[in-house]
Parts: sequence; structure tokens; C-alpha cells
Amino acid sequence: MSGRGRTPSQTVGPYFAVGLTNERWPQVVSRDHPRAIRIRGRIVDGAGDPVPDAMVEIWQANEHGRYAHPADAREELPLEEGFTGFGRCGTDGDGEFELVTVKPGPVPAPGGGMQAPHVEVSVFARGLLKRLVTRMYFPDEEGANAVDPVLALVPAEERPTLVAVPDGDALRFDIHLQGDRQTAFFAL
Amino acid sequence: MSTISHGEAAPRGELDPDPPYDYPDYVGTRLRHPTRPLVTLPETLTELTGPVYGHESVGELDHDLTRQAPGEPLGERIIVSGRVLDEAGRPVRDTLVEIWQANAAGRYAHEVDRHPAPLDPNFHGAGRCVTDREGRYRFVTVKPGSYPWRNHPNAWRPAHIHFSLFGRAFSSRLVTQMYFPGDPLLAFDPIFQSVRDPKARERLVSRFDLDLTEPEWALGFAWDIVLRGPASTPMET
Repeated sequence: MSGRGRTPSQTVGPYFAVGLTNERWPQVVSRDHPRAIRIRGRIVDGAGDPVPDAMVEIWQANEHGRYAHPADAREELPLEEGFTGFGRCGTDGDGEFELVTVKPGPVPAPGGGMQAPHVEVSVFARGLLKRLVTRMYFPDEEGANAVDPVLALVPAEERPTLVAVPDGDALRFDIHLQGDRQTAFFAL
Repeated sequence: MSTISHGEAAPRGELDPDPPYDYPDYVGTRLRHPTRPLVTLPETLTELTGPVYGHESVGELDHDLTRQAPGEPLGERIIVSGRVLDEAGRPVRDTLVEIWQANAAGRYAHEVDRHPAPLDPNFHGAGRCVTDREGRYRFVTVKPGSYPWRNHPNAWRPAHIHFSLFGRAFSSRLVTQMYFPGDPLLAFDPIFQSVRDPKARERLVSRFDLDLTEPEWALGFAWDIVLRGPASTPMET
């Protein structure tokens, strides 16, 4: 193969807060957005202990199912000024993160049909030499989740790990890095 | 189509330049690596798109880590510059590059870092810039010091600068570390050594570049970064 060899990944290490996290990044939309939702979760290691030095990033479509990216050229779907679809949050001492966003609309599936609304999630941490990738689906989308082509690739017993659960006025998406309760992760 | 792959396999049938999740020499991986097989994610519109950041989010001096405080930081002033490319060698333009690093004494401006080396009030250790039309980035900083960590007895990290890049799509996201040529600690560092392909490992090491130096001012190190993608064939159903 011609072309260039890819630069390998290395761990984000324990000190990423120096350069990567701040108060603004966790808010994909403002807290006072009329349809703002909060996604909370805890990152847990193989011993069941919280991971206090991890960072979660999310990438998602807007409420109409449009991505703020030139490869999504569906001009008929509105794109709000300032909506990036990206958020980032470090975990606290209890391994908890919280992001403020809107529920994304459904997006097209390859070959036709639609994917269930979902948020793409990356996890970085000390001890992770490359990021982990997963997806968060919504608990009020049982019908769409049941026919989602990506969820269908996940072994049935692991699918529940990808569906958030209601948690007061927020959604909870805990991420287990290892073990019997491990979250389903994807290889890109 | 095969849907299950192990985390250790290269998804595209070539030697995977990335380290494995499970690398026992790096003790931090032991309780944090996935133990179930990964599911291969097809490239849907979600993965073919990704965060796009332009110049609006970066300040004029954000690329210069020596000018973010009232005084000048201590240490050896350096320029770090290179190009961000895709695997086909095309420049990745207008993409956000974020860096963070220890100060010249090997200490991070972070509360968790307890290494008894001095903090430098004039060095915060973070920088940002956006690549230009040729995919070029440039930072001015000081050479970070090596520092001890507790992975194994007498463990020291080689000097490094952390880099974070987005590229054009979700799948091109990269967080990595840039090292310095000739650092004797590279041979003993499990994080560097976790990249098993020696050629890929060498791509993490910058090159001293006399042309990048500024006479009477700063040494120069060149480092190109190659991101994944553009995407291969999207999933057909």
C-alpha cells in the first residue's frame, strides 16, 4: 500500500486537564436551552472502582438528525448557528461526568433506513493506550433501538449496556471498562 | 461481513500501528482494558462526520506557551512544527491541534502531580492552534523535563508533549505523545514501547531540524502527524 503510516495512539495520561478540559466543553448546548438534557455517568474499572482520571467525548447530530459537518449535505434539515454536536468532560473524584446536550434526531443508516437516535462516545484515560469507542442509545426509543443496524451487531446480552437509563431529570450512562458488566465497545 | 473482532486485530488487515489495550508492562492498563471482544463499527454517517473546529475557537497567542504569563518560563525554548496529513499524504487543513506538557523541570501544573520538582509560575503548559492550508501547525514552548512515575521501580517518562487532534471525521480522532530524538529513556518506557511495530514507534519521535531553529532564540523540532482516513468503503447492507 502506498501512502503514509499512521501516527500511533498514546495514552492521554493523568494530566490532560492541563490542556483539554474546561468549564465550557461539557455543554453542547446551553443549560437554559428549552430542550436541554443532561447525560450523567460513572466510569468504573475492572475492580469496580470509579475512574477519576478519565475523559468522555461525545459526537452527535442535532435534533433534526443533521450533523454539523460538511459530509452531511442534507440542506433540507436545519442546522443551528453555533451547534457543533461535540462535548467533552473529565470525570471527578467519583468517576462521574456530566454533559448537557439535546436529544439527537435519527440519522440515515447505510443502504437506506434510519439509525435510532444515538450519541457516539469516546473514552480516554490514564491506562488506555487508545480511546474506547461506544454509543449511547435512548431508553424511550425501544422501537427504533430494536431495528437499529449497529445495535444489531452487538451480542444481545450486551445491548443493554448501550442504552441510557432515566436518572431523575437526567439520563445515566455508566461505562464499565472491564469485567462481567463491561460496556460494549467498538473497533473502528 | 464479520462483526466481531478482538481489540488486538488491525481492522483493515494491515499491521496495526496502535498499541493494544492490554499491555501488562503499563500497569495502568490492567484494570482498564476491555476483556470482551470489540464489535466492529461500520462507518455510518456518524463516523464519517466529526467535530469541526476552525479559527474562531483559538486565540492569537494560544500557540505560544512562552507568552501566556507575565514573565518568561524557565527552560530551553523550542519550536515544534510539522504537518498534519491523512494516510494518502494529503494535508488536513483547518483542524484543531491541542497540546499539553510538563514544565522544564518535569512537573505539570496539575494538582495530582506530586513530583517534588519546582512549578514555574510562568508556565501553564497548554497550547492550541489550527492547521493552515498545507496542514501545518507550529508551537513555541520550552522543552519538557523527564519525570518519575510509579509504574515500576525507578520508572521515568521520557520527555514528551501530549497532542490531541480531530482531523476530518470521528474516526480520525487521535490523542498521542511526541518524543524527542536520542532520549535514552525511550528504551525503558512501557508507554512508548507499547507500540509494537518499530517503524510505527519511530513515528512518535520528532526530528531535530536546524531549519526550524531561530538563531539566538530557540531550537526546532519537526514532527508530522498522520491521521486515519479518509474513510474506506461505508457499510453496505
